[in-house]
Amino acid sequence: MSSTPRQALGNLAGLGVLLAIWVFYAVYFSPTQGWTFFLQLTVDGIILGSIYALIALGYSMVYGILKLLNFAHGDVAMIGAFIGFGVLTLLGGPLSPAIPVVALVACMFVVAMLGSGFLGLAIERFAYRPLRDAPRIAPLISALGVAFFLENSVLLLFGANYRNYDGYDLISYNGIHLGGSAGVFVSYLGVMVITGALLLMVGLVALVRWTRFGKAMRAVSFDREAAAMMGIDPDRVIATTFFVGSALGGAAGVMFGLVYSQIYYLVGFLAGLKGFTAAVVGGIGSIPGAMLGGLLVGLVESWAKGYLNGNVADLVVFGILIGVMLIRPQGLLGTPALQKV
Amino acid sequence: MADTSPPTPEPPAAATAQIGVDSWVSEEDQRREGRKWLGRTWERLPPAGKLALLTPAIAVPFLPLSEANIYNYGLFILIYALLALGLNVVVGFAGLLDLGYVAFFGFGAYIYAFLSGTHHEKGHVYTHHWAAQWSILTAVVMCAVIGLFLGSSSRRLLGDYLAIVTLFFGQAFVVFTNSADPYGITNGSNGLGNIDPLRFFAFGASFTVSSTRGYYWFLFGCVIVVLIVLHLLSESRTGRAWKASREDPLAAEMMGMPVNRLKIMAFSFGAAIAGLAGSVFAAAQTGAFPQNFGTQVLILIYAVVILGGTGSLTGMLAGATAIIVSFQVLDSTSPPNNARTLFYLSLVVGVVVIFKKSRAQMAVAVASTVALGFALHAIVHEVWPRGTSGQVTSGGYLTGAIKHWVLLPTNPNRLAVYGYLALIVLVITIVQLKGWWRVAVVPPTIVLTAFVWENLLIQQPAVTRYVLFGVLLIALMATRPQGLFGTAKVEIA
Repeated sequence: MSSTPRQALGNLAGLGVLLAIWVFYAVYFSPTQGWTFFLQLTVDGIILGSIYALIALGYSMVYGILKLLNFAHGDVAMIGAFIGFGVLTLLGGPLSPAIPVVALVACMFVVAMLGSGFLGLAIERFAYRPLRDAPRIAPLISALGVAFFLENSVLLLFGANYRNYDGYDLISYNGIHLGGSAGVFVSYLGVMVITGALLLMVGLVALVRWTRFGKAMRAVSFDREAAAMMGIDPDRVIATTFFVGSALGGAAGVMFGLVYSQIYYLVGFLAGLKGFTAAVVGGIGSIPGAMLGGLLVGLVESWAKGYLNGNVADLVVFGILIGVMLIRPQGLLGTPALQKV
Repeated sequence: MADTSPPTPEPPAAATAQIGVDSWVSEEDQRREGRKWLGRTWERLPPAGKLALLTPAIAVPFLPLSEANIYNYGLFILIYALLALGLNVVVGFAGLLDLGYVAFFGFGAYIYAFLSGTHHEKGHVYTHHWAAQWSILTAVVMCAVIGLFLGSSSRRLLGDYLAIVTLFFGQAFVVFTNSADPYGITNGSNGLGNIDPLRFFAFGASFTVSSTRGYYWFLFGCVIVVLIVLHLLSESRTGRAWKASREDPLAAEMMGMPVNRLKIMAFSFGAAIAGLAGSVFAAAQTGAFPQNFGTQVLILIYAVVILGGTGSLTGMLAGATAIIVSFQVLDSTSPPNNARTLFYLSLVVGVVVIFKKSRAQMAVAVASTVALGFALHAIVHEVWPRGTSGQVTSGGYLTGAIKHWVLLPTNPNRLAVYGYLALIVLVITIVQLKGWWRVAVVPPTIVLTAFVWENLLIQQPAVTRYVLFGVLLIALMATRPQGLFGTAKVEIA
């Protein structure tokens, strides 16, 4: 699932050098405000990146176990955001919550994660399981169909207008100013998103590393047939993996809604593409890789928005993806795919 | 169009679990005999005969239509047939998943639009009024060259990775044309409008195609030419090499085929055909706009290719006809009753397909569906009068039947949303059940479908069609991945 430590170390060192050059350039030669501006963008990038990392984990887990690109994953996250919005509305909205804010946010996350998790189960059962032994192209097209179905169902049911998520009213406009009032601003919301994402990731790593299910999952992703012969039910493990991955996606959807404070039916598509970029950059199938990749994509997007402009930011992210795919398809922490005959 | 005419090593038959084993191979002749005589005759026809039969079949139905309908149906069917034929080279012949294909359609349209009109953008004025033959040729050649570049990424990437890079290529195209173009060549989200019709001139003579009918016939000629070229190509050395490298790249390479060059060639060829389609499309709608080349169009092209059957040329025409007719009927500008007729017809077809094996089950299901609808209507009318007092949305000749069979609440929005969600659950249940259990669940499902259709879907047919195409792709992949005319893959493990 991951490359040898030496290779990974080499990649990370290379990445570090590139980042250092970039920081130097950004701070000393860019026409804008220098350190503060740069750090502010970095903080925003880390917040964004932790959301992408969560989405990337879903892609990466599914790819690791099924060798399938679940194109619908971004839309599962979108559904999660809508479920969170539903809970928020049911419990009185951001301005007059019926229960304490902490409980409300927790409720949103739990319900959204469960909902997306079950959605993931259903998608696996009906769109992917019948195609387990089909040619490689079939599940990809099925995945496109699922993505399309989810997007347009939401459009049909809830309309095309933006829904106001209003995370700032819910949690707080306030935050911490690092280095005086002109310094870097970190909102409480951002702190919550980063901690939430970190907790979920730690939980996932623990799940994969120390539980029976994690062991079974690693075994199935290593060799499905051999795992089945050892008494592991691959279908069950795959379904559980979809559940966990989709639940993480649902959490990412709620965070996305809280941070951007509005959602609509196409929100999942771009977020999904970027999450996927993150998974690929980090090395698809590798869990630490997905986290690293998410962080990188978030940072790059934030910097590109700040120093170039919003329209170009997406192009930059896509360009990086295509570059990484062409130069190093296995990503930063992945192992090159061996073709056995 | 005759990729089934010479006996191929993998016979076209429904895929079963036993496919490829010895008994399956030995039964092949029986299976071929067992096929309906229509299918047998079609298989035996020489390619020229098929073309001669198909040509009037495509062309004639559109002749009596009005200009608007020729544009909406005839022209779109031909454009999507052309696009599907091009994509078929990449996906069907060479087996490469190209999710950026729609960008080539866009490139073709934008190149044609740029070369045949005056555009003022961001302080620049671009005036080109090239003769149509040169601007189309430029579009086709440039698309082929860009396809060469994109295809060269397939040297290093396999399968899914290629799909992703091409998907991002398509996305980058949309972002670029929409907003990120620094010189204003694409004029952002406003697109390039007001461009010349197809005006050919050479040696002092000129010939202009500007009417809808003219475009229809021009495209028709293009489709025929492309069909012939592709047929010859698919039977040629290159075509056979494509198919070989699709089935097993490694084995093909061992047999001395230049697999990488073949892949790039397929990309480039498909892109050139998309460029042709794009340039004619731009001329016909007198403009090129970024929203014409988004993911929705990509899904539509894929739906055509998958429904028709990857690898089959006839299938592309059939798929384009089926998909585009249902797509345009489900448009908000088309009279809603057409959509309604199509919908109830497909419900009937669905019931027939579900109960293909047992007439008794079918009879019981149909009878109880009808009875359930009327009974539910009567009960609700007594208990909750508001539940039946809504209006039929422009019902036409079906108004009476719908009014007494389907529940129409006065303010159905929320109920319809719940109905939609319940419908998804019910459909999933039907897929799981068998025999008489299925008979028990089908009637409520159909009644609920009609309820959701009349109260929610018919108000937004333009969204409904995309939902349905999504379902179509999933269902086709799960039940008949080879599509209507495709050949089933023989997977020998």
